[in-house]
Amino acid sequence: MKFKTFAAFVGPSVFMMLLFIAAPLVSVFIQSFQVTQPVLEQVEVETCTPGFLTQTCTTEIKTVPVLGEDGKTITETRWVGLESYRNVLQMDKFWEAVGNGSWNDIMQIDFWRALRFTLSFTLLTLPLVIGVGLAIALAVNNAARTIRGPVIFVSLLPFIITPVIGSLSIYWLFVGDGILTAMMERWTGTNISMFAQAWTIELLMYFYRVWHVAPFAFVIFYAGLQTVNMDTLESAVIDGASRWERLRHVIVPHLMPLIVFIALIHLMDCYRVFEEIVGFRSQAHVISLQWLTYDFMTPDDAGNRAISRASASAMLTMIGIVFLLVLPLRRTWRDHKGSAH
Amino acid sequence: MFLKRIALAGAVSLMGSAAFAACSYENEVPVKSLSAGFEAWKAVTDAMAECGNFQAELDQEFRTKQPAAFEANPSLYQIGGVSNGTITPLLNAGTIRPLDDLVEKYGQNLTPNQLIRINGQIMAIAMMVNTQHLMYRSDVLADLGIEVPTTWDEVYAAADQIKEAGVVDYPLGATMKSGWNLAQEFVNMYPGFGGTFFNDDNTTAVNSEAGMAALETMKKALDYTDPEVLVSDSTYVQQQFQQGKIAMANLWASRAGAMNDEAESQVVGKIAMSAAPRATADGAPATTLWWDGIVIASNISDEEADAAFRLAMEGLDTEMVASANDAAIWLVNGYQPTEIAKGAIETATAVPAPPAYPSTTQMGLLHTALGNELPAFLTGERDAEATLVAIDEAYTTSAKEAGVLK
Repeated sequence: MKFKTFAAFVGPSVFMMLLFIAAPLVSVFIQSFQVTQPVLEQVEVETCTPGFLTQTCTTEIKTVPVLGEDGKTITETRWVGLESYRNVLQMDKFWEAVGNGSWNDIMQIDFWRALRFTLSFTLLTLPLVIGVGLAIALAVNNAARTIRGPVIFVSLLPFIITPVIGSLSIYWLFVGDGILTAMMERWTGTNISMFAQAWTIELLMYFYRVWHVAPFAFVIFYAGLQTVNMDTLESAVIDGASRWERLRHVIVPHLMPLIVFIALIHLMDCYRVFEEIVGFRSQAHVISLQWLTYDFMTPDDAGNRAISRASASAMLTMIGIVFLLVLPLRRTWRDHKGSAH
Repeated sequence: MFLKRIALAGAVSLMGSAAFAACSYENEVPVKSLSAGFEAWKAVTDAMAECGNFQAELDQEFRTKQPAAFEANPSLYQIGGVSNGTITPLLNAGTIRPLDDLVEKYGQNLTPNQLIRINGQIMAIAMMVNTQHLMYRSDVLADLGIEVPTTWDEVYAAADQIKEAGVVDYPLGATMKSGWNLAQEFVNMYPGFGGTFFNDDNTTAVNSEAGMAALETMKKALDYTDPEVLVSDSTYVQQQFQQGKIAMANLWASRAGAMNDEAESQVVGKIAMSAAPRATADGAPATTLWWDGIVIASNISDEEADAAFRLAMEGLDTEMVASANDAAIWLVNGYQPTEIAKGAIETATAVPAPPAYPSTTQMGLLHTALGNELPAFLTGERDAEATLVAIDEAYTTSAKEAGVLK
């Protein structure tokens, strides 16, 4: 292909990627080293509040932002170096807790609490998603041709549900008087509160994520299974290989690139876990890194938002994803180079 | 049953059309509003819509949208529905206009009590007061011979008796959803013990004896509530009441009307209201006073502001109150307090009176810090003392970032 044609094809997407991915990333990177504050002044303000019958007026000193000529708040931006990162990571408290050998103390620091959950969530659901996806794919592949269509359709359903809606449904099914909780309570005769302690909430989150993502893995694996070399399989059968041995030595090696691909996508997706936290209202017990960033970003009633800490926390999340992806990416790279020879 | 429903629907649609005829003029200028989504706002915006050319957005997330929407030029909405908690960012950014001349022109029916003056200028028109009050199952308390509790100690004593009798699933309900709701519970309880939120230098004063007392009192509630109380917000508690699951709760006055809504409540006529419980025997009710009302954007033409304000006055008139009397504790002329307003009025007129919610930049930061740090105390991962220290530290960090503290 001529370079000109190539550039004309790729140019627009490169431009879009620069505009919508690279530029915001650079801006967040810069903002994580800056703090933008309004210029504040202290003024005496008399405020009147209605009671039921009469008003009460109070005069107090309030800290309010100064408005400029154009009617906008005057702000000033300072470089603060790594301060926002320090505020998010709280290393001094972390080391103190490590010094005391107190896991509980470490878990009181928001970032480390969020990191703990995000990592265990990502790493625990990964093998489950791959395993369940592969199992469904094998089952469908061995099913009779006539029922394959409906089975594929039904097993894909969880994947097309919007994540927020899906997690809300799980919440409603299992909350105090939800249908499933009521049913379990009838069976066991005890009062069950799935959302009253951290471990049950986490269990439900793992369950939900695997249920939601396994169909994706299934579709990919199912497509992969159609390309397995039949001759190799048949000769394996003739050699007396059992079902398990055929799976281990023929099918899985054949699907390996797909497994790595799904692992990559899953790691990236899972590290950004967010919907479950909001849907399950689990903030009291479990938070994730993405939720932490969101919490910094959300303005409070007075309109304050912690943009600098949000930027720092977003950058840290990205660094985390890069760390997680290095291993599988290196493998893909080696395979890629290997196949070139 | 079916006939009754049809008759009811007919009656409602008749009421609608009768009210439509009621708007005294036709609105020519397109006006939009953004407000919270509870019953009272629905009544007010419905009344405004009768004049035509009006579009209302009722959204419980209004607080996060409003500052940016009003900062746009021209502003995306002409009318904003605010409370004393959410007016601060608008005031700070100067995106709402003084209303003195408009009040003079169209505000003949307003009472002085409704005019929210900041430094003498009218910046908002209040339409209702809101506060928390004790709602209780009058039948349950009467059956067990329990006096209506007036302090938190009495509430817990009563809860003990109700728990023993086992007449409801849980004696108490509480709006302790982690985040804003839970923080509000502390903001209610803490001044009840005589605590002040800030020192003169803008540092927080919650790490105090009053803070300890507030935390301990809040924690006692967990013995009597649903174990999942850390996910329960106002709507959840309201439903627990309606389904007969709880017997008492200190809940928003704006939720009282729903108790007698026959379409969704199984306890119609069984819920009574009294003043919010006191933290100490001779203190104020442990709650804060709120008002809800309207503001007009500054980034719009004077003509639009004129039309918007006139429309708002039409929405806040006596007729609207007559048709939605029980939707709120109205400040509007013509409001007839009924049985369900008793608790809120007792709370607001108590001596000493509860404080108004102290809406400032610092309070916003502290509210967030409280909402994030309190859950660990209630789940038992951290003791009261460490929690207060954590709140102090979280507030200090964000106050420094916001420039409130040096």
